[in-house]
Amino acid sequence: MIFLNFLISGISLGSIYAIIALGYTMVYGIAKMLNFAHGDVIMVGAYVCFYAVSRYGLNPFAGVALAMLVCTVLGMVVERLAYKPLRQAPSLAVLITAIGMSYFLQNTALLLWSSNPKVFPSIIGRGAFKLFDGRLSVSHVTVLTIASCVVIMAVLSLFIGKTRLGKAMRACSEDKGAAQLMGINVNATISLTFAIGSGLAAIAGALLCSAYPTLMPTTGALPGIKAFTAAVFGGIGSIPGAFLGGIMLGVIEIFAKAYISSQLSDAVVFAVLIIVLLVKPAGLLGRMTQEKV
Amino acid sequence: MSKKIFVCAVMVLAMAASAFGASFKIGATGPLTGGAAIYGMAAMRGAQIAVDEINAMGGIQFELRYEDDTHDAEKAVNAYNALKDWGMQVSMGSVTSKPCEATAAENFADRIFALTPSASSAAVTEGKDNVFQMCFVDPNQGTASAQYIGEKGLAKKVAVIWKNDDVYSKGVYDTFAENAGKFGLEIVSTTTFADGNDTDFSVQLTDAQNKGAELVFLPMYYQPASLILAQAQAMGYAPKWFGIDGMDGILTMEGFDKSLAEGVMLLTPFNADAKDDRTVKFVAEYQKRHGEVPNQFAADGYDCVYAYCQALTQAKADPSEDAESLCPKMIEQFTTMVFNGLTGENVRWSANGEVTKDPKGMVIRNGAYVGLD
Repeated sequence: MIFLNFLISGISLGSIYAIIALGYTMVYGIAKMLNFAHGDVIMVGAYVCFYAVSRYGLNPFAGVALAMLVCTVLGMVVERLAYKPLRQAPSLAVLITAIGMSYFLQNTALLLWSSNPKVFPSIIGRGAFKLFDGRLSVSHVTVLTIASCVVIMAVLSLFIGKTRLGKAMRACSEDKGAAQLMGINVNATISLTFAIGSGLAAIAGALLCSAYPTLMPTTGALPGIKAFTAAVFGGIGSIPGAFLGGIMLGVIEIFAKAYISSQLSDAVVFAVLIIVLLVKPAGLLGRMTQEKV
Repeated sequence: MSKKIFVCAVMVLAMAASAFGASFKIGATGPLTGGAAIYGMAAMRGAQIAVDEINAMGGIQFELRYEDDTHDAEKAVNAYNALKDWGMQVSMGSVTSKPCEATAAENFADRIFALTPSASSAAVTEGKDNVFQMCFVDPNQGTASAQYIGEKGLAKKVAVIWKNDDVYSKGVYDTFAENAGKFGLEIVSTTTFADGNDTDFSVQLTDAQNKGAELVFLPMYYQPASLILAQAQAMGYAPKWFGIDGMDGILTMEGFDKSLAEGVMLLTPFNADAKDDRTVKFVAEYQKRHGEVPNQFAADGYDCVYAYCQALTQAKADPSEDAESLCPKMIEQFTTMVFNGLTGENVRWSANGEVTKDPKGMVIRNGAYVGLD
């Protein structure tokens, strides 16, 4: 029973990593860049939701919708100002810009909302489903997070696989130059990718803070890094891979804490990551692409 | 002849100026912005209230200047240098430990006496004859907590959750673990967390619960503690909780469900609910100015200024003296005097700068701190 309890804790933690990882992997898959500011867009989303619900008494779901709107705009502005001018620059320059953006967002949040931690009101309360006479409990937030992950995953896969815009995205991902020649507006497509990724970040922020309710300007940063790890673990660029990677990372982390040592849990997580990448360099569900020379 | 008179007149005027108009310049650094601003602002505001009270009495006069160090060692040294240029005569070090370790080294090298309100790590005072602390040094909190829990018979079986990438948490944990046996406590579960895996505590709490811990000791700041309390409640685990001074502040978190902290005990030298005249007056003044109940850091800042007032008066120090000549006088006073303040009665300092005073046990009842004794 304790084992099952730990498994459930692992899945709840993993589902949070998964939902953040979806945004990472989506942007990486299309724009081929690591948006390290993703974790901080999550934090902004959580703050918008917090203020909408706690201060202005909005319905929690209206709060999430507002946060999505704000984050979508923010994501597009960030892309336009910080990443677009570097479209032709080496990928290292873009990476450093993304890290800079991450710090910029964190420090702006520090100025706007101060460093005092705030307690986020859960968007669906703190209840839990009780199983086996209450010996096992699964919180509502976990169920909602997993459900959201599955829905988002399905919608994203359909969108990218079946629609014209999705086709344009795949084309951009494969070869920007050729896509342009085929009449695809590459800039608009990448901008759209950021808009969707940032909208997802707002949902992730609301769910992250509903599960683990303290909210600070640094709230998004570390889960963001963990989620990035999860995305690499599952195969970066692969949408089901991000989900699988996130859940596995959460479960491994909790099991390592429980059965090996709470001091070594992160070391164990990253050791597993290294082993997986040694065996499957593209991640669990990643595709190796052969570059023709 | 006339020249001599002129010189005499100038001297008399200078002396008169120093006796009446001049004041002692106290300089300090602290995080006024950034992640730890809650502590720096509290210490500064508390100290300012003390300065205003003392100046209003008309005797010894103070001038207080705080510089922002954002809880960063390098910025703290820059801030310290700015204060030195301003003419700081005595220093209140820095508010938080890491920056204070840096400024304390400067204080030692420049022979400027320092009394820090709240930088509690042992390295702040170690090997420096002119750096003193108003708060307990970290290791003492661990010993004092073990003693308190043992002597009051709060529990026999204890679990500890500590943060293994934080010197503050580790310092307290080490001495707690070392001394727990002496006071009849058995540590049945020890688990840790660190930055980056500080969101989920189900494993730590399950371990404590399965091993039958009656009390969980939380040597950490209040932010992770608030998550632990919430998750324990969701699990249906309700042990006694015991924290240290970093727990102070949990009730001021915006949106925090105060019922979660019901019954949480902590050792802290200051109790804002105490009914003695000085505390009541201080709390009322602080609330009037800043609209919130002062925490321990505010009281520490307040006490520092009064301790300086007492030491400078007893040493018959003159505001015209420079920092270097005040330093030995202050060392002599602080190692011999007994001080009564908001954060303790019969406060004494040892030659290595550490303070001795009785910690007060507090418990959270109905969303407010209440004295345990």
